Amino acid sequence: MALELELTSPIEVAKDFALAVQEYTLLSAQSLANFFRPPVYMGDMLYQADLIGVGSLPIVILTGLSVGALLALNAASTLQRFGSVTLIGQLVSIGMVTELGPLITGLMVAGRNASGMASELGSMIVTEQIDAMRALGTDPTKKLITPRVGATVFMLFFLTIIADLLGLIGGYAVAHLLFGVDTNQFWTSVWQILVFRDVFTGLVKPTLFGFIIATVGCYYGISTRGGTQGVGRSTTQAVVAASVLILIVDFFVTKLIFAIFGYR
Amino acid sequence: MPVPTLPRENSTATVATPSGYAIEFENVSIAFDEKVVLAGVSFQLRHGETKALFGVAGSGKSILLKLAIGLLRPDSGRIFVLGEEVTQMPEQELFELRRRVGIVFQESALFDSLKVYENVGFRLMEEGVPAQEIERRVREVLRFVELERTYDMRPSELSGGMRRRVAIARAIITEPEVLLYDSPTGGLDPVTSNTIVELIMKQRDVYKTSALLVTHRLQDAFTMATHQFDQATNQMVALPEGQNCEVPMSFLILREGKVIFDGDAHQLATSRDEYIREYIS
Repeated sequence: MALELELTSPIEVAKDFALAVQEYTLLSAQSLANFFRPPVYMGDMLYQADLIGVGSLPIVILTGLSVGALLALNAASTLQRFGSVTLIGQLVSIGMVTELGPLITGLMVAGRNASGMASELGSMIVTEQIDAMRALGTDPTKKLITPRVGATVFMLFFLTIIADLLGLIGGYAVAHLLFGVDTNQFWTSVWQILVFRDVFTGLVKPTLFGFIIATVGCYYGISTRGGTQGVGRSTTQAVVAASVLILIVDFFVTKLIFAIFGYR
Repeated sequence: MPVPTLPRENSTATVATPSGYAIEFENVSIAFDEKVVLAGVSFQLRHGETKALFGVAGSGKSILLKLAIGLLRPDSGRIFVLGEEVTQMPEQELFELRRRVGIVFQESALFDSLKVYENVGFRLMEEGVPAQEIERRVREVLRFVELERTYDMRPSELSGGMRRRVAIARAIITEPEVLLYDSPTGGLDPVTSNTIVELIMKQRDVYKTSALLVTHRLQDAFTMATHQFDQATNQMVALPEGQNCEVPMSFLILREGKVIFDGDAHQLATSRDEYIREYIS
C-alpha cells in the first residue's frame, strides 16, 4: 500500500494552533471556575492526590537525591581549585530551592502524570465514557478535570519541598563524605544563603507547574481523536507539551521574580 | 425469556409538553469536515411511542441520537426534547434536561474504573441519594435486567450482552421519560438479543416510555411491532393478525442524510419505494 502524504497549508496549521490555544485556555479557565461552582468532588480530588502525590514520591525522592548529589559533585570540582569547597552548601541550596527542585520535580511529574491523565481521559473519549457521563447529567470538567488540577497543584507543591530537602541531603552526603566539609558548616551555609525571594521563587514555580501538568494532560486527553492510535498520540503530545511549557514558564517566572525583587 | 417487573410508583411518560411530542426534529442538518451527515431531517416522536431508526452504516443514526440528547449541536434546524429546545440550550441547562432522558450507547460506554453497582447508580450518587436507597434501587434495576449477581463485578468481567443490559439498567434507573437506544442488540447472539428486545418492549408497553431505537436488525423492530409485553405472564406475546397498528411503534429510514420513510409497520411493509423494498427484503 502506497503511503500518502498530505500537504497542509501554513494557514491551516496556524488556524489549528490558534484553535488549540483557545480551547486550552477555555478548559483551564473552566477548571479553575469549577472550584467555586458546586458540586466540588473532594473524594475524587483526594483519590487523585494519592495517585499523583504518593505515587510520584519514589521517583521524586530518587531524582531529588541524585540531582543534589550531582550538583555538589560538579560544584566541588570547580570550587576546589579556588580553595572554596566550603561554599558547596550555598550552591546546592540556591540551585535546588530556586531552580532544580521545582524544575526536576515538575518534569518528572509531567512525564508520569500528564501522560497518565492524557491516556486515561483519551481512553474515556474513544470508548464514549465522557459522552456517557455528559448524558448522565454530570459535567466531565467538574468530575474529571478540576479534581486533577487541584490535586496536582497541591501535591506538586509538597513534592517539590521534599525534592528540595532530599537534594540538600544528597549534596551534604557528597560534600561531607567526599570533600570533608563539616556538617555544621554545610547546613549553616545552606540556611544562611537563602533569602525570602529564593523560597518564594521555589514555591511559586511548583504551583504553576502543577497547573500546567494537569491542564495540558487533561486537554490532550479530552481532545483525543482517532481510536487507540489517537490515545497514544495524545499521551506523547501531553508529555512533550507539558515539559516544554514548564521550561518556558520557568524562564519567564524567574525573570519576572528577578524584576520584582531585584538581582542579588 | 421472561423478564422480571421493575416496581414503579407511577409512570412519568405521558407528561404534556409545549411541542406536544417527546422529541421533535425540525429540518436538522449537520456536517463534519464538509461531509454532510444529516440534511434537513424532520420527524416527531410521540409520547409513549418507540421509533426504530434504520439506515446503512454511516447514515447518521447514532449522530441523530447524540443530537437528540444535546451531545452534539446541529449546524441548522431545531430539536425539541420534552418540549424544550436543546439546540441553543447552554450545557449546564442540558445537564438538567438529560436527567429526564436515558441513553444506551452502542458499545455500552460503562465506566471501566467503576464497579457495576457504581455504574448503574452513578446518576443517583451524583444526585446525593442516600447510600441505602441507591443500593435498593440498583439491586432492583439489576434484577429487572436479570443481572443482580453482577452487582460487585467490574465491566471488564462481563460479556458483551451483559454489558449492554447493565447499560440499559443504568439508563432506566431514574425512570426517564425518553430512552435512546444505540444498536442495543448489535453483535449479540439471538437469545441475548431477544432478551434485550423484550426489555425495550417492556419499557414501551408497561412504563410507556418514549424511545428512539437505532438498529441494524430489522427482525428486532418487526418483533417489537408484532408483539406486546404481557404483564400477566411477564413476557412478550404475539399480537393477533391485523392488530399491529395498536402498538405505539413506528419506523424511520435514513438514506444519505435524509428521511426517506417515516411510518408504521403496515406502511413500511406496503411501501413501493424500491430502495425500501430492497432494504426490508
